[in-house]
Amino acid sequence: MTLAATAQQTQGFLSTSGVEITFVLVGLVTLGAALVTVTTRQLVHAALWLVVALGGLAVEYLLLTAEFIAWVQVLIYVGSVVVLLLFGLMLTKAPIGRSPDADSGNRPVALAVALTAAVALVWVVVDAFRTTWIDLDGAVQGSTEVTGAVLFRHWVLPFEALSVLLLAALVGAIVLSRKKEQER
Amino acid sequence: MHLAYPAVLAALLFCVGLYGVLARRNAILVLMSVELMLNAVNLNLVAFDVWLRDTLHAGQALTLFTIAIAAAEIGIGLAIVLMVHRNQGTSDVDRLRDTAEGPDTPEAPDASDERREPTDEKTEAAA
Repeated sequence: MTLAATAQQTQGFLSTSGVEITFVLVGLVTLGAALVTVTTRQLVHAALWLVVALGGLAVEYLLLTAEFIAWVQVLIYVGSVVVLLLFGLMLTKAPIGRSPDADSGNRPVALAVALTAAVALVWVVVDAFRTTWIDLDGAVQGSTEVTGAVLFRHWVLPFEALSVLLLAALVGAIVLSRKKEQER
Repeated sequence: MHLAYPAVLAALLFCVGLYGVLARRNAILVLMSVELMLNAVNLNLVAFDVWLRDTLHAGQALTLFTIAIAAAEIGIGLAIVLMVHRNQGTSDVDRLRDTAEGPDTPEAPDASDERREPTDEKTEAAA
């Protein structure tokens, strides 16, 4: 508690800077879009609300000065993953409009588990990082220059391994979705 | 910025994704919820990387790797869902009970035999 008091003197418990207000507002939009994504009964609307949630997260990355990650998020998630999901919905003949069986029977159990996890996680996180502040005023932490230098200087080997993994996933997806010989 | 804001947002997003994974019936909606959970982890990684001012930027590098692995995961996952939909005619995760044990175990071999018959006929026709 004394730590919190000293921190309050230097920083102010809720230092309402513009970045924080924007972060909270965009966070609320993101969270609301995520909630609609997992609760709506219209399958295509779920994919479109997922775009809002992922785009909101890209804005949060920008506010945390990680701009390269923000653009990667927009390119890969909003650009390709959602398109893939929409194609998947289309190819599995997902019904347009409300489908009454979008949620399975264990919905109350899922709600209980999620609420318990949310309460526990938020409690622990708030208790642990009550007196911690991110200093966003210094040098930009995630500009393209910094990320590129770090990625190709210190993380080259994982990067190359990842490209092999992507190739394997590509080949696997093609093999899985190819029709068998006698079905042609 | 207070570190609790991104951390709490990430925790809540993760729990929303957890609810979606457990409560949804369509396999593609389950995949969407998995994406939400992965994004919550990414937000945590970025926030803690910016807080720690890591010289190697391990958090941001790991975020990029997570995004790439998520892209691979969604590709493979959708291929599997499409294959299951083609073979079984449904992509609802709680109707895929071929390997389930329980009270309907004696009926399971008959069901699989019935379903296998058309492909056998097709093989014979092709032969």
